[in-house]
Amino acid sequence: MDTSSILQFSRPSDDTLAILFAGDWKLANKLPLIEDVRKQIDAEPKIQRITLNAREVKNWDSSLLIFLTNVIDICTRNKIHVDKENLPQGVQRLLNLASPQYQRKGVSRTVTHKTFFVQVADATFDFIRSSTEILSFIGEAFLAFMKFLRGKANFRRSDFFTIVQDTGAQSLPIVSLISMLVGLILAFVGAIQLKMFGAQIYVADVVGIGMVRVMGAIMTGIIMAGRTGASFAAQLGTMQVNEEIDALKTLGISPMEFLVLPRMLALVIMMPLLCLYSDFMGILGGFIVGVGMLNLGVTEYYHQTASAVTLTYLWIGLFHSAVFGVLVALSGCLRGMQCGRSASEVGYATTSAVVTSIVSIIVATAIITYGCEILGI
Amino acid sequence: MEPDAEKKIPRIEVRGLDMGYGSFVLMRNLNFTVTKGDVFIIMGGSGCGKSTLLKILTGLKEPLQGQVFYEGVSFWETEPDERDRIMRKFGVLYQSGALWSSMTLAENTALPLEQYTNLKPGEIREIVSLKLALVGLAGFEDFYPSEISGGMRKRAGLARAMALDPDILFFDEPSAGLDPVSARLLDDLILELSSSLGTTVVVVTHELASIFAIGNNSIYLDTDTRTMTASGDPKKLVTESKDPKVINFLTRGERSAYEEKDSSVHPG
Repeated sequence: MDTSSILQFSRPSDDTLAILFAGDWKLANKLPLIEDVRKQIDAEPKIQRITLNAREVKNWDSSLLIFLTNVIDICTRNKIHVDKENLPQGVQRLLNLASPQYQRKGVSRTVTHKTFFVQVADATFDFIRSSTEILSFIGEAFLAFMKFLRGKANFRRSDFFTIVQDTGAQSLPIVSLISMLVGLILAFVGAIQLKMFGAQIYVADVVGIGMVRVMGAIMTGIIMAGRTGASFAAQLGTMQVNEEIDALKTLGISPMEFLVLPRMLALVIMMPLLCLYSDFMGILGGFIVGVGMLNLGVTEYYHQTASAVTLTYLWIGLFHSAVFGVLVALSGCLRGMQCGRSASEVGYATTSAVVTSIVSIIVATAIITYGCEILGI
Repeated sequence: MEPDAEKKIPRIEVRGLDMGYGSFVLMRNLNFTVTKGDVFIIMGGSGCGKSTLLKILTGLKEPLQGQVFYEGVSFWETEPDERDRIMRKFGVLYQSGALWSSMTLAENTALPLEQYTNLKPGEIREIVSLKLALVGLAGFEDFYPSEISGGMRKRAGLARAMALDPDILFFDEPSAGLDPVSARLLDDLILELSSSLGTTVVVVTHELASIFAIGNNSIYLDTDTRTMTASGDPKKLVTESKDPKVINFLTRGERSAYEEKDSSVHPG
């Protein structure tokens, strides 16, 4: 039994083309080409009408519909009248539904090609707009902080303590690991050069000053950017998607005070503490290299570290980390609140939060270091 | 609720409102008045901007042009503090409830009370239990939103919206996702609130059964002309309106809404 798709052409009169469909028209079959129809249409003498007859078709699916739609398209463009009476009822109804008259007008997106200058202009305006958003966000955060200092800020203490626990206590494992490794690496790298001069005792200085003055703060900052900045962005982004932030606004609760402020305060308090802990773990890492690999004495290493690390360095490091805390919190919350209303937007927001945090940490380090240069500390 | 001597106090007046995003105008020249005690339906095809209009009315999005008056005050032209004061008289039920996911149902419902009243915790707990019981969620006080079904979340959202006994309640597609019986119960609740408490209700919906059951005033937003093309009591519109699109909408094509059970599934 022949189940392939059959297409036959005939010319009942000079200006009429009759197309007969038969057999099985299924997607799995090898289908006739629309080119055959085009050739028939283009052949002389020019046709004015096409009659479509599909009554002999046994089984059909979308393949027949697509073919017929293409035929009708060609006919419409060439102003040829199409006679659909001998198509099965179901086919006629479906063709009707898919026809342009049912489509909503004005909704399709026209793809316009933007010239280079337009793209530059668009990018500039986007940059200005996003800078304005960032500045106004920082401003609002500052105002909320001022309200907090006056004791009038509107947030839940239970939220604050939960965030403190999440960002502080639960970060200890990863901070320990990474800080110790950084201390180890600093000591190891320093030792290679210092050994050449027999000055391996100064490994203690390298690790001590390095960790305490800046590396402890930076490593903690970057860890928290990835861990906590992303988490804040995801939390606030998801709230944005679920209209939870809208619900706060209509209730007259400022999302800045209710959501952003506790997060900012938690990080400002926790980051210096974590930095202190990181400094200690880093020095411990250096200690392992110093005593284990370089055969320095335990008390020797301790005294050398203690004399190298001054209180000034410690304050500088802690100041760095407090600033980083604010930056990570603001980046995470900003990207979360800017989040669009879908799941993929939440993903984008978290990525953006981490990148923004890390970039601002590095920029802030540069600024603070330069400031220290000027102040001579 | 304050007793009112006159019957037709306008609660919300919208004049010449245009709304859209950036340079794209979604709807233009909207003019309507919602009077006290109305159950006002905002209806129209999908994507016509009903939810956007709701956002403008509830203070979440600025209009491109035009004014919205609450108690004679132009809402979008006044100070943010004044806007906040006016917004305190609203209750809003969002499409999926928008409950705060880190708080229990009781905490969700209590937050408005904690914010704006001086009630003691015990009194707040009593009111919260009452509100949750009113929506059929007695006993679920300590559940988190993620632990209950979508329909229950909507009801909890309503309890929260009603917490402060608002003058105006806004509903964004309240029957979406509810089974017919729950949808009917919600309709009954809305009617009860409006008749016994005098609450004005604004509902964005395209659920025909609800529109006819509860609506006494409405506007129809037309996607093609991008403006409102009909207003009035839906029951009158279906017989008296000259606009074929409105009739088409209200009779679901050719069949009358009264003759069929509306069991269409709504997204969201």
